[in-house]
Amino acid sequence: MSSILSVKNLTTRFNTFDGTVYAVNGVDFELQPGETLAVVGESGSGKSVSVLSLLGLLPAESAEVKGTAHFQTKDTQTDLLAISKEKLNKIRGKHISIVFQDALRSLNPVLTVGEQISESLMTHMGYNKRQAYTRAVELLENVGISYPEKRFYSYPHQFSGGMRQRAMIAIAIACEPEILVADEPTTALDVTIQTQIVELTRRLQREMGMTVIWITHDLGVVAGIADRVIVMYAGMPIELAKVDDLYENAQHPYTEGLLGAIPELGETGQNRLISIGGAPPDLFEAPKHCQFAWRCPYVFERCWKEIPPNYQVEEGHYTKCFYDMSAQQARDEE
Amino acid sequence: MEIVQVDKISKHFQLKRSFLSLGRSPVVKAVDDISFSIEKGETLGLVGESGCGKSTLGRTILRLYEPTGGTIRFEDTNVSELGKEDLRKFRTKMQIVFQDSYSSLNPRHRVGDIIAEPMMIHTEMEPKEIQDRIFELLKLVGLKPMHAQRFPHEFSGGQRQRINIARALALYPRFVVCDEPISALDVSIQAQVVNLLQDLQKKLGITYLFIAHDLSMVQHISDRIAVMYLGRMMELTTSRQLFDDPLHPYTQSLISAIPIPNPKRERERGHIVLEGEVPSPVNPPSGCVFHTRCPVAEERCSREVPEYREVKPGHWAACHFALDDNKVKIL
Repeated sequence: MSSILSVKNLTTRFNTFDGTVYAVNGVDFELQPGETLAVVGESGSGKSVSVLSLLGLLPAESAEVKGTAHFQTKDTQTDLLAISKEKLNKIRGKHISIVFQDALRSLNPVLTVGEQISESLMTHMGYNKRQAYTRAVELLENVGISYPEKRFYSYPHQFSGGMRQRAMIAIAIACEPEILVADEPTTALDVTIQTQIVELTRRLQREMGMTVIWITHDLGVVAGIADRVIVMYAGMPIELAKVDDLYENAQHPYTEGLLGAIPELGETGQNRLISIGGAPPDLFEAPKHCQFAWRCPYVFERCWKEIPPNYQVEEGHYTKCFYDMSAQQARDEE
Repeated sequence: MEIVQVDKISKHFQLKRSFLSLGRSPVVKAVDDISFSIEKGETLGLVGESGCGKSTLGRTILRLYEPTGGTIRFEDTNVSELGKEDLRKFRTKMQIVFQDSYSSLNPRHRVGDIIAEPMMIHTEMEPKEIQDRIFELLKLVGLKPMHAQRFPHEFSGGQRQRINIARALALYPRFVVCDEPISALDVSIQAQVVNLLQDLQKKLGITYLFIAHDLSMVQHISDRIAVMYLGRMMELTTSRQLFDDPLHPYTQSLISAIPIPNPKRERERGHIVLEGEVPSPVNPPSGCVFHTRCPVAEERCSREVPEYREVKPGHWAACHFALDDNKVKIL
């Protein structure tokens, strides 16, 4: 099956007063229709920025985005990074929509929740007010908000955190998009509410056949929802694999470290956590070598000289590392 | 031996009376009638969702908040009865590390001055001694002596948390409340700080009250775990026991909600998805505060407050059905 979104060599730089920030340095991925692709990484790894770049949601005056992103609909193919703002507006919210982490700040405080759901229905689907109302109430009910007719007229501040996130999801799925981007939608929520939102998203994905890009830092959440995973570090995708392969056979030292840093549930507690020493690099310099070299336990000379290319480890499993984990030795130079 | 004993402690906050609320002003029972004790040298984990009162409880034990009722004993001292001056002296024995490592460090002071401050206030140490102690503390938490000259903004979140820990340890405290010290940090940095706290405990024999909402990290660091919900204690037992044999439906839902970083196991296991959200603490449900979301609640639960009792040796729970296996084992 051909991919629904094909991203090649995406780079994003920010020009700031302090210099250039190299936020995303060469992201490639193919998104298969119907799958859930998780993008994991710590703060500043570029996981959100890469997706925001694709959707043209970064400030144009400071962000410099390069690369290609071919989005495939039934009959047409468009490069999201090459088309005009007007054309992009027709795709965003209709074919690709996004749920943000901070629902309170992403919702408009002076419009009712219902108006905000109706807005995209009227813009993209040409609904009139009454049709939009009917559909919005349906959507609110579908995302599990009780008394939808009443809640249609509520303002975001009258909702709790979990309900606001549900409302955000209702807005995002209003036009039945092909791709739903979930940008840390559960990070600000308590675990019991997180479970609700994860279950909700999975149900909607099943019912509507959406493709989901789920951005998160929580490897636990990823294990439950993802088909494939991209691990980001310092603006680079350092490992890409099917979810089972990633957890059982991590090939990048950073992935290994991340997995070791989470305590196992129900363990006795006396095993020491594997911690990755140091902190992520600042991004003011263009990467010249492996960005993980400073913190890597397997680092050797070559790591300081060049940026590792993508090595294929098994089918669909790639890593950017000169050290071969399985063989426990450096890879051959080509 | 117990180092801290908390007996029927409560902390109620009076809300401002609004023009419309006739009569009494509303009261938030942030901590309501909680009793437990902390053993010397152990780590007691305290978990619960946001707004359950876990931070308030931690601060009330240190008397950063005045308790509304109940007593707190620290070794042989009744902390809840100490006068202002005695309390100030007493504070050297118990310290706290806050969640927000940025706002808890004065941005205009150098790190050295921040760590020196408790010693200047509480001890008669000579400047040279203080200087040596600062360097010693910085090394202890994995920083370098030269960092004493820098300002908090020059450090990353994990390093700032180390500074906070160094300051908390300056006066050789016996008991430290860690109030979500790792919640704001990235996973790889969380592990660094948790390892540091464990090393310090081994080296110095400190007792911790470790407050967090991340149950998997709490069970890793704690000997025993207490679970709170809406200002009340739901369950308390050893970490092992809590995971192997949780007796309270809330604890079970909480454990079931934690995603396991293992795709195969995660797919196989069921999740208890709790309905709704935590009710408002201003107007908590009658009877058992959890009954509105409890998957096994009965009519009785909305009437009677379940007694918080020692159900099995060393295992306390507040549920009418804690020992009814058919009922409570919901997973």
